[in-house]
Amino acid sequence: MKITPEQVDYVALLGRLTLEPEEKRKYMSQLDDILGYMDMLSEVPTDHVKPMSGTVELYTPLREDEVHHSLSIEDALANAPATSGTSFKVPKIIE
Amino acid sequence: MPELFEMTATELARLLADKKVSSVEITKAVLNRIEAADKQVNAYVTLTPESALALAEEADRRLASGDGKPFTGIPIAVKDNMCVKGRRTTCGSRILHNFVPPYDATVVRLLRDEGMVMVGAANMDEFAMGSSTETSYWGPTRNPWNLDTAPGGSSGGSAAAVAAGEAIVALGSDTGGSIRLPAAFCSVTGMKPTYGSVSRYGLVAYASSLDQIGPICRDVSDLATLLNVICGHDPLDSTSVPRQHPDFTSFLDKPVAGMTLGMPAEFFGKLDDPDVSRVMSDARSIFRNLGVKFSDLSLPHLDYGIAAYYIIAPSEASSNLARYDGVKYGHRAASFDGMIDMYCRTRAEGFGPEVKRRIMLGTYALSSGYYDAYYLKAAKIRTLITSDFKKAFETCDAIICPTAPTPPFKIGEKIDDPIQMYLTDVFTIPVNMAGLPGISIPGGFSRDGLPVGFQLIAPHFEEARLVQLAAAFQRETDHHLKRPPL
Repeated sequence: MKITPEQVDYVALLGRLTLEPEEKRKYMSQLDDILGYMDMLSEVPTDHVKPMSGTVELYTPLREDEVHHSLSIEDALANAPATSGTSFKVPKIIE
Repeated sequence: MPELFEMTATELARLLADKKVSSVEITKAVLNRIEAADKQVNAYVTLTPESALALAEEADRRLASGDGKPFTGIPIAVKDNMCVKGRRTTCGSRILHNFVPPYDATVVRLLRDEGMVMVGAANMDEFAMGSSTETSYWGPTRNPWNLDTAPGGSSGGSAAAVAAGEAIVALGSDTGGSIRLPAAFCSVTGMKPTYGSVSRYGLVAYASSLDQIGPICRDVSDLATLLNVICGHDPLDSTSVPRQHPDFTSFLDKPVAGMTLGMPAEFFGKLDDPDVSRVMSDARSIFRNLGVKFSDLSLPHLDYGIAAYYIIAPSEASSNLARYDGVKYGHRAASFDGMIDMYCRTRAEGFGPEVKRRIMLGTYALSSGYYDAYYLKAAKIRTLITSDFKKAFETCDAIICPTAPTPPFKIGEKIDDPIQMYLTDVFTIPVNMAGLPGISIPGGFSRDGLPVGFQLIAPHFEEARLVQLAAAFQRETDHHLKRPPL
């Protein structure tokens, strides 16, 4: 077993997911299978290989610091589950 | 006389130019077809018949005043992960079941500029995670060739719509094969362009270093024109490459004699399905008769591609999907105890099992203590796969291989076995890992009458070469002319 129940709990918390006990059991065993399958990667020698973050030559495109039209407040709030005035309403963050 | 909804976009464009038919007539034919067929196929999540007819009327006005473009007036299905302003976009997920984008994706803006008639949002695996369109919150899409079988995924709705006449052309997205696999399973022509060719602005991100939007059409002639519409640099997408693309339609009639197709031993070594093997050998004969040569080659790190993909894609997904928290849009849990609980319950209720599985996998792979062993290692494997392909292309113009290891499987057959489902992408994933362009073309049918496609892969930014080869193949074959008995 590569994954312990404590690790599953920790990863679920990092991923902000509430899991039912049955789901925890199922994911533990499926993740175990998948991670076992990935063990084959350790067969490949990669000490002198650079990791690839993108597939083509990436560069940082810059633009002039000009103000452009963005979303109106109305549009930005249109999908909100809860609003208060011009704000999104959310549970208290700081007790 | 074929029905309007069975014709290609290129044929319809000619009828429109000759004033033999109007966009409104074509659109009505497609909408009627949807009404007749979609209860069985379930290709669409959201239909917009009124706005489609309004777009068609506008298209007819443009055509009448001489202001039309090649595909003005042609009905198109757009995969449900590309933002269309004012039209619900759900990514096949409960967590976005009520999300209405306040802006258009760049590709959608380009479709509007072209005067195309958007008909609706095509069904997909949830957040593009899947190979069968079975993980959609809105239920599976069924393969029009046999309703008990899967259309492939994750762009199953787009491919099924085109195959069934519920759209003339479609856009899909491809992260590990999600355009090419459904194209193969539904006997249509689909391409994933080179990474960076098509803007991802407004495409809901799954794995940002792998995702790419592409066309799904009835033949490569339609595909070349649609590619002209959507390819191009976009300053709103910082991974969009500042390159001019050629007119892809100018490659439709070029001969292919003297070109070389490479056959990777590692791909063909995995092939053990008799129907797919037969299609591959038939395809080779067709190309041989056209004067194409073949070379054997090796892609030594291919086998590690799937394992590396299933670390990289879920890792990027775990980061991209962190935004679905119930704060600004989408589903929010009805009851919760504080902020963290709100996030946890919202996401537990809003995401399906495959999405949760990949978030768990990605979060684990990126967590401290495991990053080096998994993500970093996978990123290095990616470098090795890319250099394997670069070396291969020194001895061939393009690579030929299967698209899928088998003909379409039954709905429900693989959904409970994640590794089996992941292995469906064995021939498509390496193309995304290296950022190369790849096309799937109808290659024939299995003994059960189910579609089998094959794949051509080209070097970076050589989509035109794929158009050239595919067009030559389609001149000699008629698989792409067949329509499902729906």
